[in-house]
Amino acid sequence: MSTTDLHVHNPVEELLRQDRIPTIWCPGCGIGTSVNSFAHALLKQNIDLDKTAIVSGIGCSGRVSGYMNLDSFHTTHGRAIPFATGLKLARPELNVIVYSGDGDLASIGGNHLIHAARRNMDILVVCINNMIYAMTGGQAAATTPGSSLSTTTPYGAFEPELNLVQLVDAAGACFVARWTAYHVVQLERTLEKALRKKGFRFIEVLSPCPTYFQRKNNMGDALQAMLDYKKRSKIQHGCPTWETALTPSGPIIVGEFVDREREDYLTRMRKQLGPHYSEFPAQQEEHVSEGCSREC
Amino acid sequence: MPKGTVAITAERCKGCGFCVEFCPTHVLELSSAFNAKGYHPPHMIAPEKCSGCNLCGMYCPDFAIFGFRLAANGESKGATK
Repeated sequence: MSTTDLHVHNPVEELLRQDRIPTIWCPGCGIGTSVNSFAHALLKQNIDLDKTAIVSGIGCSGRVSGYMNLDSFHTTHGRAIPFATGLKLARPELNVIVYSGDGDLASIGGNHLIHAARRNMDILVVCINNMIYAMTGGQAAATTPGSSLSTTTPYGAFEPELNLVQLVDAAGACFVARWTAYHVVQLERTLEKALRKKGFRFIEVLSPCPTYFQRKNNMGDALQAMLDYKKRSKIQHGCPTWETALTPSGPIIVGEFVDREREDYLTRMRKQLGPHYSEFPAQQEEHVSEGCSREC
Repeated sequence: MPKGTVAITAERCKGCGFCVEFCPTHVLELSSAFNAKGYHPPHMIAPEKCSGCNLCGMYCPDFAIFGFRLAANGESKGATK
């Protein structure tokens, strides 16, 4: 039975730039799976897609902004959150979503992640954690588990890994959750919930990286990683984030950990500025001096 | 009478096998045929068992497969446009 007979189409396809598909992602990469959940969440929430912008950094997950048929921004390495912050301040009516990887958000742009959570910027951050810098050649990232092999750690990483959910919780994020690429339906529900919320929202999605992380550490292919997620995952909503550290063979604690209310940056700014604040400040004319400005 | 069916875009498939593994009613299997890129796309081995739940579509990283429910008269339902 062909699709043309029934005039059916994949509901996700209207959110994708058809001319850019097939994607460059490796067979079994979990990023595409998370994009499915994200697209379904956007469609179910009936969000105005003209007022939704997606910002990505560099990396495999950074390609998402190019594949989604939304207003998108592919920024420099690690600086997805600063660009998103600027976009949100200039156009407060937009839903700004940052979709990027762990190497980009947590390692190169780690400081921006902490401070965006501290300021409580009204953005949704989806962090695809494949535990390695995948696109640049498999170097160790801040999230690479201790003693695992990568291109830059041939004797095993000597540093312990960063627990991202604990980090952003400590910095003051409003909503913190973690799922894996295996939990597609749960991830969709969490994304729907996060899209309705205001403030800094952080969702970590563990994803297989068959080409670098799994191959270097003899962990099998992507399907093996997904079955491993299925076996080891333990859903614990509201679990204190200091108990959610990822260990090489222990349980993977997933769920929605933090859901709190806090004033976001724009609300605080408006309150403090009071009558001095205006949404669209009058544009000042730029005085461009002609010719040489210095007295020669 | 099947309750649902899947539509497969074989040329996009990279043969990761997620749809085959996670189909709740085990409808799919990777075929021995190749697509243009040399991967083995899935095909239905038990179409009568398909419920059209679209879990295969949710798992597919390459947007190559999706499931949809059929109405009683065999027409598609829900996913039409």
